[in-house]
Amino acid sequence: MSRRRHSDGDDGGQSHKRRRTSEPIEIEDRLESLICRVGEKSTSSLESNLEGLAGVLEADLPNYKNKILRILCAVARLLPEKLTVYTTLVGLLNARNYNFGGEFVEAMIRQLKETLKANLYTEALYLVRFLSDLVNCHVIAAPSMVAMFENFVSVTQEEDVPQVRSDWFVYVVLSSLPWVGKELYEKKDVEMDRLLNQIDGYLKRRLKTHVPMLQVWTAEKPHPQEEYLDCLWAQIQKLKKDRWQERHILRPYIAFDSVLCEALQHNLPPFTPPAHTPDCQYPVPRVVFRVFDYTDAPEGPVMPGSHSVERFVIEENLHNIIKSHWKERKTCAAQLLSYPGKNKIPLNYHIVEVIFGELFQLPCPPHIDVMYTTLLIELCKLQPGSLPQVLAQATEMMYMRLDTMNTTCIDRLLNWFSHHLSNFQFRWSWDDWADCLAMDADKPKPKFVKEVLEKCMRLSYHQRIVDIVPPTFSALIPAEPIFFYKYQDEANSALPGYAVAITVGNAIKNRASNEEILTVLKDVPNPNQEDDDDEGEGFNPLKIEVFLQTLLHLAAKSFSHSFSALAKFHEILKALTDCDEGKLHILRVVYEVWRNHPQMISVLVDKLIRTQIVDCAAVANWLFSPNMAHEFTRFYVWEILHSTIRKMNKHVQKIQKELEEAKEKLEKQQHKKQKDSGDEEDMERNSEDEDGQLEEQIERLQEKVESAQSEQKNLFLVIFQRFIMMLTEHLVRCETGSVDFNTPWYKNCIERLQQIFLMHHVTIQQYVGTLENLLFTAELDHHILAVYQQFCALQL
Amino acid sequence: MSIKLNALFSDSYVDVSQYRDQHFKGNRYEQEKLLKQSNTLYVGNLSFYTTEEQVYELFSKSGDVKRIIIGLDKVKKTACGFCFVEYYTRADAENAMRFVNGTRLDDRIIRTDWDAGFKEGRQYGRGKSGGQVSLHRR
Repeated sequence: MSRRRHSDGDDGGQSHKRRRTSEPIEIEDRLESLICRVGEKSTSSLESNLEGLAGVLEADLPNYKNKILRILCAVARLLPEKLTVYTTLVGLLNARNYNFGGEFVEAMIRQLKETLKANLYTEALYLVRFLSDLVNCHVIAAPSMVAMFENFVSVTQEEDVPQVRSDWFVYVVLSSLPWVGKELYEKKDVEMDRLLNQIDGYLKRRLKTHVPMLQVWTAEKPHPQEEYLDCLWAQIQKLKKDRWQERHILRPYIAFDSVLCEALQHNLPPFTPPAHTPDCQYPVPRVVFRVFDYTDAPEGPVMPGSHSVERFVIEENLHNIIKSHWKERKTCAAQLLSYPGKNKIPLNYHIVEVIFGELFQLPCPPHIDVMYTTLLIELCKLQPGSLPQVLAQATEMMYMRLDTMNTTCIDRLLNWFSHHLSNFQFRWSWDDWADCLAMDADKPKPKFVKEVLEKCMRLSYHQRIVDIVPPTFSALIPAEPIFFYKYQDEANSALPGYAVAITVGNAIKNRASNEEILTVLKDVPNPNQEDDDDEGEGFNPLKIEVFLQTLLHLAAKSFSHSFSALAKFHEILKALTDCDEGKLHILRVVYEVWRNHPQMISVLVDKLIRTQIVDCAAVANWLFSPNMAHEFTRFYVWEILHSTIRKMNKHVQKIQKELEEAKEKLEKQQHKKQKDSGDEEDMERNSEDEDGQLEEQIERLQEKVESAQSEQKNLFLVIFQRFIMMLTEHLVRCETGSVDFNTPWYKNCIERLQQIFLMHHVTIQQYVGTLENLLFTAELDHHILAVYQQFCALQL
Repeated sequence: MSIKLNALFSDSYVDVSQYRDQHFKGNRYEQEKLLKQSNTLYVGNLSFYTTEEQVYELFSKSGDVKRIIIGLDKVKKTACGFCFVEYYTRADAENAMRFVNGTRLDDRIIRTDWDAGFKEGRQYGRGKSGGQVSLHRR
């Protein structure tokens, strides 16, 4: 057996750690493995595995106590889906060794303080839940747990703190009650009643401004999209009504009751929630996603109702499994499908609902979108006879409710659906959706189908799409992605610039130099200029048109060809687009020639930004310009805009990072100076030079950061200004015309505005002051202002 | 609180495979290092008809693609079933290894692997007739 551990890459395979002996390390690894994998792949029962493990650990306590403490604290924090397995283990250890139990509780409290300080609120939640279940294992005395809960709930009395702070403390208490409510009520019912009344009062008075922004559907039927705390409260109230009888959670400690009730309990030390500081980042509120109810699973076990605590526990556990295993799709799928107690519930329905709940979560999914696509494919592979049908049923249901689905979620749905289909030969019962053919093209259903087909085409090719849909769907098939060349043939010879276009085309084909081409272009008349104005250097839209149309035409074969062309003639393009109008015009020409190939437009715009031929604000202005109004609800337009904003954000982050690194370097240098001795004069001279250079660099970087941030702020101002103008115009027009403003266009537009806030909330937060002073003032139409207020209510 | 439970949270899709480019200019250690830092993926089992656009669309799902180089038959200079995908960041390439590798493009299950980095000439197949060498890598 090898003594060396897996080598880490960054030290070239040579372990720098010199160990005196390897034996203790092996035993520590073994302990970790034993504890983490208890009960897995065993023919014996979980209970006997736990008993055995408790014996082993007890024997190892004299030598490995600290290691065991650390491992157990870690599983409490990182494996919430196996909560009761580990609380049972701790209970058994406590029964055998009272001191160890006490030390474990102390270690947990220390860990709780650390996680709260580090803004790791989800992990802190799991720790508290673990502690509460330890009451069931006779490790912690119920009254001291109630006292901790009382301290948590008293946070609701604090003044001038963000609502998300008190939300979290209330959530922690409520979400532990499925595990420990019964025990706490048996011992301390008066105190618990008082606690719940306090919570009730808090929930009634807290603000819910944020909710509309987070709902996947705006309709209340068939499933209300409940705010997460409201839903949990309803579930706990029902649990209380059922006298805290909870039958879903697996409780191995019940089998050990006779042993555990002999154990002595510990009291939790009094725990004061740490005070609020500006650095605290509490979790963002959520809305509970529901797409199924108990009538949707046709046969087999019934789905627990939306206000049953079973529903909450199942969903919690499934979310936790995904959180633990999202990087390992096969393991994740297997773990989801082997959920304990799966025979009593329609597990496939729960899994599909939880996965879509995450995918559609606003502001952002917990994990990268593509993970969910691949996870669903793995699940289909493991359950080919049942899961695909549930998935199809869910897709059908979501299609039926597109009218009230949030635009951001529709985006994610169509991305998922098209990618999923591409893995299954695009097989789908399109005819089931024939109802969309009779509707106006701008209605959500036909729009959705059209965008799905366009995305499917990007992953295949035009003819494929023609082949996979019924002929009745031909109106929704995307256009063939061809190039439109203005100067194509002699029929266009009357167009101004035609002759120059031919000359330029030949020049490029004959590998003329940039100077030669610029000379050719001088002959292009400027439609903007007076005849006698001899300047010739101002913005000339025709020049741009002639050159760019011709160049892109020659390079139309592939992305690589087009990128090479842009790179090769970068100098000319820069010269032609020196001013804002030039930048705008370049984008117009790109659209003109490639209007049937949105994907090409996207990648070209990306390259133009990265090579600094156009800037981000130009792209935003172009997308909002009247020329593009007819494309405004197309999915690709928003892909481009969000990609542009992301590039801007990454650019700022990159320079900020460079600045930080330079500052750190300077600090290290100055720190080192203090330590070094030697020839004082020489040292001083050298270090002055070095310092001087670094300080200069830092000053330059500082300027760069400020300039980048200014550009970023300007980008958001441009975008928000444009939205406000468009929406205000629409609202005013509708009001004077006495028509309903809530058209499909309006819904799209207002939700796209929401989407900007949601997708870039971290960045926008920095500019809230400016936004409020300049744009989102009280004079604004309240429909538009509401979006801004909802964003602020998220307290992000 | 620093314990990470290595036993449990593996990330096997991101691991470097057994394959090593025999034409790599440099020693094993250098190649290992580049593979572990690389933002570039080799993609195999493409259809000969798979286009740059299709590759862009699929691989963009894990992050912004910096460039794609379609593999060519050395003689015919036509696509011969592989390509390189370079990302701007390692993290985006890792997500491709986790979630794009082993799924379908153009109806074929494609396979991705870490690449030490594109160099001119590496876009050509090294098989005797000009296409890819059909090596069994696993």
